[in-house]
Amino acid sequence: MAQDGIGAAMKRKEDLRFLTGKGTYVDDINRPGQAWAAFVRSPHAHARIVAVRTEAARKAPGVVAVLTGADLAADKVGILPAGWLIHSKDGSPMVEPGHPALVADKVRHVGDQVAVVVAETRDQAREAAGLVEVEYQELAAAVTVTQAVAPGAPLVHDQAKANTCYDWHLGDKAATDAAFAKAAKVVTLDLVNNRLIPNAMEPRAAIGEFDRATGDLTLWTTSQNPHLIRLLLAAFTLGVPEHKLRVVAPDVGGGFGSKIFHYAEDFTVLWAARKIGRPVKWTNTRSEAFQSDAHGRDHVTHVELALDKDGKFLGLRERTLANMGAYLSQFAPSVPTYLHSTLLAGCYTTPAIYAEVRAVFTNTVPVDAYRGAGRPEASYLLERIVDVAAREMGIDRVEIRRRNFIQPSQFPYQTPVALQYDSGDYGATLDEALKRSDWAGFEKRRAEARGRGKLRGIGISTYVEACGIAPSAVVGALGGRVGLWESAHVRVHPTGTVTLFTGTHSHGQSHETTFAQLIAEKLGIPFDNVEVVHGDTAKSAFAMGTYGSRSLAVGGSAIVQAVDKIVAKGRKIAAHLLEAGEGDVEFRDGKFTVKGTDRSKSFGEVALTAYIPHNYPAGLEPGLEEGAVYDPKNFTFPAGCHVCEVEVDPDTGTVQVVGFTAVDDVGIVINPMIVEGQVHGGVTQGIGQALLEEALYDDTSGQLLSGSFLGYNMPRAADVPSFRVGTKVTACTHNPLGVKGVGEVGAIGSPPAVINAVCDAIGVRHLDMPATPERVWRALRTARKA
Amino acid sequence: MPAISLKLNGRSVTAEVEARTLLVELLRERLGLTGTHVGCDTSQCGACTVHVDGRSVKSCTMLAVEADGREVTTIEGLAAADGTLSPVQAAFREHHGLQCGFCTPGMVMSATELVRRNPGAGEREIREWLEGNLCRCTGYHNIVKAVQAAAQTGRG
Repeated sequence: MAQDGIGAAMKRKEDLRFLTGKGTYVDDINRPGQAWAAFVRSPHAHARIVAVRTEAARKAPGVVAVLTGADLAADKVGILPAGWLIHSKDGSPMVEPGHPALVADKVRHVGDQVAVVVAETRDQAREAAGLVEVEYQELAAAVTVTQAVAPGAPLVHDQAKANTCYDWHLGDKAATDAAFAKAAKVVTLDLVNNRLIPNAMEPRAAIGEFDRATGDLTLWTTSQNPHLIRLLLAAFTLGVPEHKLRVVAPDVGGGFGSKIFHYAEDFTVLWAARKIGRPVKWTNTRSEAFQSDAHGRDHVTHVELALDKDGKFLGLRERTLANMGAYLSQFAPSVPTYLHSTLLAGCYTTPAIYAEVRAVFTNTVPVDAYRGAGRPEASYLLERIVDVAAREMGIDRVEIRRRNFIQPSQFPYQTPVALQYDSGDYGATLDEALKRSDWAGFEKRRAEARGRGKLRGIGISTYVEACGIAPSAVVGALGGRVGLWESAHVRVHPTGTVTLFTGTHSHGQSHETTFAQLIAEKLGIPFDNVEVVHGDTAKSAFAMGTYGSRSLAVGGSAIVQAVDKIVAKGRKIAAHLLEAGEGDVEFRDGKFTVKGTDRSKSFGEVALTAYIPHNYPAGLEPGLEEGAVYDPKNFTFPAGCHVCEVEVDPDTGTVQVVGFTAVDDVGIVINPMIVEGQVHGGVTQGIGQALLEEALYDDTSGQLLSGSFLGYNMPRAADVPSFRVGTKVTACTHNPLGVKGVGEVGAIGSPPAVINAVCDAIGVRHLDMPATPERVWRALRTARKA
Repeated sequence: MPAISLKLNGRSVTAEVEARTLLVELLRERLGLTGTHVGCDTSQCGACTVHVDGRSVKSCTMLAVEADGREVTTIEGLAAADGTLSPVQAAFREHHGLQCGFCTPGMVMSATELVRRNPGAGEREIREWLEGNLCRCTGYHNIVKAVQAAAQTGRG
């Protein structure tokens, strides 16, 4: 291992600019002559637009333009597409209503965009937006999934009968029914996976610019995948030549999934900029972000587990209503299906599984991928029902998991729900987590807490997830409308330093550091000699971007392929310089050496020769720059064990997390400092989901009650403890780095561990998230009465 | 429009501002100091935290005219003239107390005041002090470690 290569806890290249206020986020950018946009958003959950009167706004100071849904319709642009097609059980395609960037006929959620005002300043734009008079005819709203599927519910889209987008299933129903028929015990559970608002700290922002002289369009936007946004703008929403459009996502202040998607505002600023011939800038307010960023989760689920008399799992059934919100955001259809029910085997050998998922339109903000995307919903229902089963059968919670684990000798392991796990050692992460959390000593701590009047509980979850999405052909077969490979271009400069151009995007993940370590290791050059460029379609080649913990597993593998090509070409050059056969030259530690001799050429000498090819192999192109794309061979399967310890105040119902241990197997670790940081963040989001966060709508009016940080409870420093974090490694067997991905494990493994701990503390069978003081207090009272 | 004078990162600055202009708007939009960020509109997130006369203040909650005659330090003014990071900045780097970097300026400014006021601050005090600063990336673990390390040096 090089000191600054794979496995080293290198300090980050990103830090200096962020620590000194020199980062460049979209809102930090201003273009000459720019105007500002402000959106007119619906105050109603569901209403017909009778009229939009713009005269007063047009006359307001500084106003340049007012554009409405009618203008959009007249231009025949701005319909945001879905990126994934799911088919129902009966073979019919999902109902796929278009999502207009500005609506003309009816609004379908609070915050739906009706018009945009462009003015000289931001204040003028916002003030004039308040002067646009929209006359609405209010309609009854379908707010929750349960309401939306009830007979006679208001229809969000006329073409979606019973508000159903699709009614999908996965698995072998007959085999699962047979498993239940022979079960010694069946456990059932109804649970809700609470709706969340991602709330990356940087609000979304965009600047559109049009150069009339050249026809070039540029969009600066807060995106996790600028190439995808460019493709969607070019091919679907704006219909412009892709080569004339540049999309730049500079420093981006967190995403967590919410910045994957092609949003109405991205399209609108570019469309408006082209119309008025000036750059148009827009920055979301946080309050608008609550009503316009895609939300996450929101499942209502019934789950059943069949067991034999010894607690072996025989079968699992799931029935879920998944909220899509008012429109289909790009990847929404895939989240409760192929990113969710495919994970229902978990770490276990359950032989028969059958899942039914009905996706439902409601008068709420669209729901899409949020850190974990479908897998937290899977780990939660699974790890909850396993705990309930253990409790009802009188089997120890740890023991019931061990009895059902897939054993290391069983890999590759084919689950009954489509996935084939390549590697793992679930007992190893479990053992380590039990040790680090002092599971064995818990009862002493419980007794000590009781003496202080506190109810102490401990909870565990053992999870597996799937990331590194995914072989393009598989994605296509499952309804994905994209390929999911990744690109890398490695440019070796004449002096031997390197610039990497990656199609992934870093918005907190630290790619500039991790990828540089990877190249430093593979080329044997100093870490400081590598620069990583990302986030600009004019610089890096087309690729799919960052989400689903894929950047290292897929993007990193592309880097390895490109580096391998560099080394292969370098070997030809070195062999020529060393007057040796190519097969006799080996590359190690930054040197090309003739095997068995001390005759060598450094990487720098070879690079220089490639650009000054005076003494050079005949027929070989000068230069040293290689590109590669990597299409993954399978998903990767990170797994692990999380243990949570809580104390509950029985008088107030307040839950404090007093200990949290995460032992994860994310495959080979490039930078342990960064890996631990990813787990800390993910676990905190999971604790937020379990105890604090809930996007709450009034179920009659459809008003968003948790519409700002005043009403939406974000985890703060005092809400979480310091974490005990560790890794156990089984290498991924099908990518060249052996890496699996770490971005989402924290948010996937932790919520069930927290709720299992709360249930253990207060002695109840189940409690829905978030376990707020009120819910816990009421559960305690109910338990006492019983 | 009212004219104001203030000392900003050690330099004297005068500006004409609308009465309604917020301090953060003056810093970001008029003076080009974009290191101070805006993460919300309800004074909850703390991304806009700066120092006014040595005390941390959410600059989205203060009018620019209120800064008249006062000394304002932003994240751009924290490192030494030669670029040497302040102890808190250095500790954030050493302990990986930042990921996406968006909350970082506010976190660093807030933590700097704590370290200067209460050099021996322990974990609980640090977590409570940071109540007004939201971070969505780090889970606070490494921020707390960084602030604790800086607090032990006794210098902000």
